[in-house]
Amino acid sequence: MRTAGIVVFPGSNCEHDVAEALGMAGMGARMIWHGDAGVGDVDALVLPGGFAHGDYLRPGAIARFSPVMAAVEAFAREGGPVIGICNGFQVLTEAGLLPGALRQNCGLKFLCTTVRTRVDSGRSALTCSVATGTRLSLPINHFSGAYTCAPDTLAELRSEERIVLRYLDNPNGSLDDIAGICSPAGNVVGLMPHPERACDPLGLQDGIPLWAGLVATVAGVAEATRSA
Amino acid sequence: MRFSVLVEVRPREGIANPEGATIQRAVAGLGYQGVSDVRVGKAIRFAVEAPDEAAARAQVGELCQRFLTNPVIEDADVSVGANGGQRA
Repeated sequence: MRTAGIVVFPGSNCEHDVAEALGMAGMGARMIWHGDAGVGDVDALVLPGGFAHGDYLRPGAIARFSPVMAAVEAFAREGGPVIGICNGFQVLTEAGLLPGALRQNCGLKFLCTTVRTRVDSGRSALTCSVATGTRLSLPINHFSGAYTCAPDTLAELRSEERIVLRYLDNPNGSLDDIAGICSPAGNVVGLMPHPERACDPLGLQDGIPLWAGLVATVAGVAEATRSA
Repeated sequence: MRFSVLVEVRPREGIANPEGATIQRAVAGLGYQGVSDVRVGKAIRFAVEAPDEAAARAQVGELCQRFLTNPVIEDADVSVGANGGQRA
């Protein structure tokens, strides 16, 4: 069975939800402590939501210097799928693995609700199994979730189809309604909504196709490695 | 030498600052007219050991760039004083 490593920082709080969602999608999960020097033999990495290091200074600012991050960066550089959800997205921008930054929500409101989103690009490790234009209802749970970046970065994200997820009703003042973006190669993905909280057989299920996308990506990477 | 350092982190020009906007509305609500451009950032104070002020500034500048600010959304004003760690 393919295995994803879930990077746990002091203050992470969504790691078990992610493990559960991965299990439902048919992937194993292993917790990786932020103080570890390496990530071990995993097929993908997930940086879960929470409040790493108490969000002190800025969300993700201290986490990006955690010992494990060098290995996370190396894994991403080699093309490994790296998914940052909510606080994980903030860590990835602070680490420079994704461009831009997440600033405080307009209205200074901590948002804990379900929002409607639209998949706008299928060229990421998470959205590759979902048709462009598909609408997904996903939970959000954040205070600093308004994506922002320089105008030239935004132009690049648009032209390279790296804005993978947009809000239909922008809840936080995010630039260009951005809810999620990916790296140029599509293997590093950051999003504010929580797909792991939308895998409930009796409730929201719109996160399931995203995890299926990650499973397909991992299978594809394995296939490419075998045939190379 | 020991230098006292004050780093004032502020949101960059053009970056929305909802906290500042809220305070500005509250100030107007209290009846104070003519208060504008309210921006909220943070102040970080510390002391640095360095051979001279230029070296201290260089080190603090690097620290701001790498860690204390996120250059995408924040700028910093740095004050360095050679007063043995007293408040700048």
